[in-house]
Amino acid sequence: MRRLLLRAVGAEEEVEEEEGWHQLYPSHIPTSPLQKALLAAGSAVMALYDPYRHDMVAVLGETTGCLALPNLRDKMKHHPEGYRILQERPCIRLSTLDMSRLRGLPDGSLGREYVRFLEDNKVSPDTRMPPKFVDDEELAYVIQRYREVHDLMHTLLGMPTNMLGEVVVKWFEAVQTGLPMCVLGAAFGPVRLSARKLQVLATELVPWAIRSGLNASCILNVYYEQRWEQPVESLREEIGIFPPPAVRM
Amino acid sequence: MAAVRLCRCRCRALLSRVPGAPRALRGLAAGPEVHFGFQSVTEEDRREKIFRLFFSPPRGDRPQRGNTTQRLLRHERFEVNCVSFSCPYFFCSLPVYQVFESVAKKYDVMNDSMTLGIHRVWKDILVHKMNPSPGTLLLDVAGGTGDIAFRFINYVRAVRERQLQRKLKHHQNLSWQEIFENYQEDKSDSLGDSQVVVCDINREMLKVGKQKAQHLGYSKGLSWVLGNAEELPFDDDMFDVYTIAFGIRNVTRIDLALEEAYRVLKPGGRFLCLEFSHVSNPLLSRLYDLYSFQVIPVLGEVIAGDWKSYQYLVESIRRFPPQEELKAMIEDAGFFKVDYENLNFGIVAIHSGFKL
Repeated sequence: MRRLLLRAVGAEEEVEEEEGWHQLYPSHIPTSPLQKALLAAGSAVMALYDPYRHDMVAVLGETTGCLALPNLRDKMKHHPEGYRILQERPCIRLSTLDMSRLRGLPDGSLGREYVRFLEDNKVSPDTRMPPKFVDDEELAYVIQRYREVHDLMHTLLGMPTNMLGEVVVKWFEAVQTGLPMCVLGAAFGPVRLSARKLQVLATELVPWAIRSGLNASCILNVYYEQRWEQPVESLREEIGIFPPPAVRM
Repeated sequence: MAAVRLCRCRCRALLSRVPGAPRALRGLAAGPEVHFGFQSVTEEDRREKIFRLFFSPPRGDRPQRGNTTQRLLRHERFEVNCVSFSCPYFFCSLPVYQVFESVAKKYDVMNDSMTLGIHRVWKDILVHKMNPSPGTLLLDVAGGTGDIAFRFINYVRAVRERQLQRKLKHHQNLSWQEIFENYQEDKSDSLGDSQVVVCDINREMLKVGKQKAQHLGYSKGLSWVLGNAEELPFDDDMFDVYTIAFGIRNVTRIDLALEEAYRVLKPGGRFLCLEFSHVSNPLLSRLYDLYSFQVIPVLGEVIAGDWKSYQYLVESIRRFPPQEELKAMIEDAGFFKVDYENLNFGIVAIHSGFKL
């Protein structure tokens, strides 16, 4: 309590002396509960006001995930593959991916489809925001893993990166992870869609996403880096994702 | 394109000369330990950190992608981080290229939100205290986005208007033709030879200032100069008034900046400094600290995407010399009749001195 008060009034040096600067990981910024509350509110407003502030979405996820993240971490701990991921802490980065090898894999395999997805949409796995406001080093890794796996979700669900595809993935993730940020995104995302797309969303895509989300095992419990050769369909079946409906996105 | 590249090279040469030159001239070493917020660094490091604060885009912790695009857009002459990220809400993977604005563009917005608009009142009070008459030559250092310069111009214009009106009142029997001619010739002289030179170390801030000037319709009497407060690119005894508003805190060697201020002022010239200072009232001080450390970095993160710069800002305010100490430093530089005025119980103070 005293620490919090001292930090609140900026007596950083006293706090430092007491416990050593508790920066738990390189991008960590320790924050007080008041700051987290302000950040959560501010980032929610800003993300709605300026949809291009993806960093605000990330901050919202970090500051509101205090219940969902430990749940996710426990799910990972109690699963053999998830446990291995927590121990080994793999990162999906351009530096760790062997792009030429992945490109050489047969069509329909996870690796090939993932690279195709990255190239078609001109994106790279390196632009994920590192976690800043999570006050536990392991949970910070969990949320980072979630962000890295997000692109793979697009590949597995067969959803493009337009607004509609994003909303669908968010629905799936909301059911899977329970992160408040996903729930909010799923709820507010459709606001900017056209009527036709809303109809497709409501009648076909969202029910499918929810069913798949409920049926599938935890998506963070899959060691994707060791399954590049596996065909996408086979992986879908294994996880429990139903085949995507054939709609024009 | 080649011309732009050449220009950039020259600018870079100028800029790289600026931080290095004072050291070479004055034989400074990489330096004794100085503070950067609550950290302790060498002088050299501090200059570079502060330099980078204003130059590098916020949200700079994010790794950059799209290097080709970055090269292509370099001619825009400010740092461009091209990030493709998702359809806005979900940082997924839609290739939406966005230019990350530098601190400069968000500077005014941040000022308004941090101080709830009160900074405008502080700057108004500064210019009123200055009470410039037409014909004054003002040097506004670290005045990048032009707030003081624009207020100065407005003030001088208003004074000039009143002068003209008074002059015309004394002429009793003017024909309409003569009145019309009077207005015509005086209209072209609305500033009465007053001039403002805005000097800033940061090109982006000057750029934003120029854009603002254009947008608000200020064209005459303004110059924009890139320069370092510790080594001003001006001759001795040039200016009537020297102001530095919320800039002296970022100067590594305040004593050098004060000496430079003394040098470039004419005899009879006035030095004015508007800066955050120390609150002596204990209750208010606690509340102020609470607001500073809890709210301001959050505002920085939400509005500008930059927690660290604004954490640095509040720490640097705490480290800045209090009113009496700054007064002593100004006197050491050679100024006379040095005085200060607290605004808002010491949250901000205006120091004033004269070169005699």
